[in-house]
Amino acid sequence: MKHNEFIREDRLPTFWCGGCGYGQVMNSITRAFEKAGVTLNDTVLVSGIGCWGHVDSFLKVNAFHGTHGRALAFATGIKLANPELNVVVALGDGDGVTIGGNHFIHACRRNIDLTAILCNNYNYGMTGGQYSSTTPEHSITSTSPYGHIEPGFDICKLAEVSGARYIARSISENVTQTAEYIAEAMSKKGFSFVEVLTPCTTHYGRNNAMKHPPELYRWLKSTVVPAAAAAKMTEDQLRNKFIIGKLYDRPGQDYGTRYRDEIQAKGIEDLAKKE
Amino acid sequence: MNTWEIRFAMGNEAIAEGALAAGARFYAGYPITPSSEIAEIASRRLPQVGGVFIQMEDEIASIAAIIGASAAGKKSFTATSGPGVSLMQENLGVAVMSEIPCVIIDVQRSGPSTGLATKPAQGDVMQARWGTHGDHGIIALAPSSVQECYDLTIKAFDFSEKYRTPVYLMADEVIGHMREPYVLHEAAGLVSRKQPDPSEPGGDYKIFDFERYDDHIAPMPPYGGKYIFRMNGSMHDEAGFGCGASDNADKFIRHYEDKITKNRDDIVMTESYNMEDADYVLVSFGCSARSAMAAMRLARQEGEKVGVLKLMTLWPFPDKEVAAALKKAKAAVVPEMNLGQVASEVSRYNERKIPVIGVNRVDGSMITPYQILDALKGLYLKGLSLKGL
Amino acid sequence: MYEVRIDPKRCKGCGLCADFCPRNIYDFSWGSVPVAARSDDCVGCMQCEVKCPELAITVREAAP
Repeated sequence: MKHNEFIREDRLPTFWCGGCGYGQVMNSITRAFEKAGVTLNDTVLVSGIGCWGHVDSFLKVNAFHGTHGRALAFATGIKLANPELNVVVALGDGDGVTIGGNHFIHACRRNIDLTAILCNNYNYGMTGGQYSSTTPEHSITSTSPYGHIEPGFDICKLAEVSGARYIARSISENVTQTAEYIAEAMSKKGFSFVEVLTPCTTHYGRNNAMKHPPELYRWLKSTVVPAAAAAKMTEDQLRNKFIIGKLYDRPGQDYGTRYRDEIQAKGIEDLAKKE
Repeated sequence: MNTWEIRFAMGNEAIAEGALAAGARFYAGYPITPSSEIAEIASRRLPQVGGVFIQMEDEIASIAAIIGASAAGKKSFTATSGPGVSLMQENLGVAVMSEIPCVIIDVQRSGPSTGLATKPAQGDVMQARWGTHGDHGIIALAPSSVQECYDLTIKAFDFSEKYRTPVYLMADEVIGHMREPYVLHEAAGLVSRKQPDPSEPGGDYKIFDFERYDDHIAPMPPYGGKYIFRMNGSMHDEAGFGCGASDNADKFIRHYEDKITKNRDDIVMTESYNMEDADYVLVSFGCSARSAMAAMRLARQEGEKVGVLKLMTLWPFPDKEVAAALKKAKAAVVPEMNLGQVASEVSRYNERKIPVIGVNRVDGSMITPYQILDALKGLYLKGLSLKGL
Repeated sequence: MYEVRIDPKRCKGCGLCADFCPRNIYDFSWGSVPVAARSDDCVGCMQCEVKCPELAITVREAAP
C-alpha cells in the first residue's frame, strides 16, 4: 500500500493546531507502513490519551484508544494474544513516560515485540501546556510560570538502560528520516523505540517567547546534534543538546518468542497431555 | 479421558481451573494476598494448554493487558484483591466503554488501604458496582464454596462473552483459601463470542453498532481478521470514532446500563433454603452465607422457621428475589463482612418495611452462626437455647 | 516546471511551507493560506509537501 492510502482523508484536516508537528509524525508513520509492507488488517495502532493520542482516528489501521499512560500495557496484551499482529504504540511525553513511566521501563525490560513512537513536545498540550517529565529546566509552562525547576528525562537513555532493543531519535520536521527509523524499528523483533521531538506551537512555543511556528522549529533544530557530530563533541558541548539518529540496536529475543520457545523446549504442552 | 474428577482443593485453585475450563487462555496479574495462588496456578497451567501468562508491573497494567488480549480474541482474566481492584478501576471503565469481555477475580480482604492483608472481608461490594467513574452496568458473582468457585468462574466468563462486559468474581479470603472437595467437570455449553455474519463484508467494521442486533450486543471479531475496527475508551460512535454529540453519549451510556439490567433474569442467580415457611430470612453471600446456613440449621433444630436466601449474583442486584423472600417474612437478617453494603440494597426492595437487621463484622474474623442467631434471639426468638452451639 | 497546490480546507496557515521553501516561492501572511506566487521558481525539492503537517500541499511536475 502507498503511504497516503493509510490516511483517512475524509477526516482531515487534523485535530491538531496549526504548525503542530504531529501531522508530520503521522506522515512518517504512514511512510514507514508503506516501507514495512504492512496491511490494514494485520496492524493495530494503540494510542494513549493526549493530543498525539488522536493520531489513530486519522489512520485506517485497527486502533485501540485506551486510557492516559497505559497504551503499552494494552499493547502488551494485544501482542501476546496474537503475535502475528504488528502492534504500533503512539505515546506522548506526559502519557508515555510521566504517568506511564512504569509501563515504559517494563515494556523495554521485557522486550515485548512492539514499536513505540513517542512524540515529545515538552508539555501537556491538550490540558493547556503544563509541565511534564521531559520539560527542559527553566522553561515556562502554565504550571511553571517562574521557570521549571525539575530536570527532564532523556527518554532514549531511559529506554537504553531499561533494555529496549532498538532506539532512535528524530525531530518531526525530518519526515522521511523519521519514517526510516520507524520502518527499521518495525522490522526488529523486540521493543523498538523512536522518540520524535515535536513542537507544541500553541503552548510551549508561545509560553517561551516563540510566537510563530517557524521560530519554534528553528529553536528545536538548534537543540539537536546528529549522532555522528555528537561523537566528536565534548560533554560540555553536548550539555542541553539531544542527540538525533539511530542510537541503539542490540540483539535479544523478544518476550513472546522466548515464552513460546521455552515452553516448547521444556515440552510443557506434551507434559500436560501425559498428566 | 475422564469428563469429570473430584479434587480436594482450595477455592483459588478451583477458580483458576474454572477459568481454564471456561476457555481462558490469557492471564495478566500482579501478586497480592489472598489471591496469589490463582496467579501461581495460571502461570503453571496456561502454558500447558497453549495460553499465555504474564506478571505485569502493577494492577493497572494487568487489567490493561487482559483487555488488550481479549480484543485480540483471547478469553482473559486477572486476579487481585481490594488494593488491586482500586488500581484497576480506571481501566475497568475501558472494558465497559469498549464493551470488551474480561473477568476480574477479587479475592476480598479487609480494607480500606492495605488493611488487614491476610484477613477476609466482603467490603468491595459497592466498589464493584460503582468503583469506576461514570454510569454503567456491571456483573458481579459471589461464590460461597469451592465448587461455586469453579462453577461461577465459568459462569463469569460466559456472561462476559455473552454481554461484552467485564465481570467480577467476588470471592473472599475464606473461600479462596478454604479447602473442600469439588467436582472438576468439563464445561458444557460454553458461550463463545458472537462473530459477524460471514456475509458481512470485510474492511471497516462498526464494532459498537449494537442497535443493529435484536439482543443489542454487537458481534466482536478479533484484531487480525478480515474486519478492521477501533476500540475506544473515550465516548465514541458506532465505528469507534470519538464523538461528543450529546444524543450519542446518552445512547451509549444508557446502553451500558441497559444491556445488564434488561438481562437480569438471565444473570441473577440465588439459592433458597427453607424459604417456603420462613418467618425469618437470612440474606447472605460468600463466606457469610456459610454461617447463615449453619445458623438456619441450628434454628430449625429448635423448630424456628428460619430460611436462607443465598445471593450468588451481587450485581445486577437480585431485587425481585429479595422482594419475594421478604414478602411473607417477619424480619430479615443480612450477615456480611462489611458495614451493611448488601443490607442497604435489601432495604430498597423491602416493600412491607419489615425490620432488616445487619449482622456485620469488619475485624477480619468470620461472622459466626451464633452471632446471627443472637441477633434474632435478642429481638424475636427469645426462646432459642442455642444449645447446639 | 512544477505545479504547487494547497488545499485551503486543510491548511491552517502555520507558515512552515513558506519558511522551509529554499526558493521563496510563497507569499504568506500569518493565519492565511499561502499562495505559491512564484511557482516558476520551484525546483521540486518537495520540502513543503513532505513537511506540511496537514498534508495540504501537493507538488507535481506541470505538463509542458
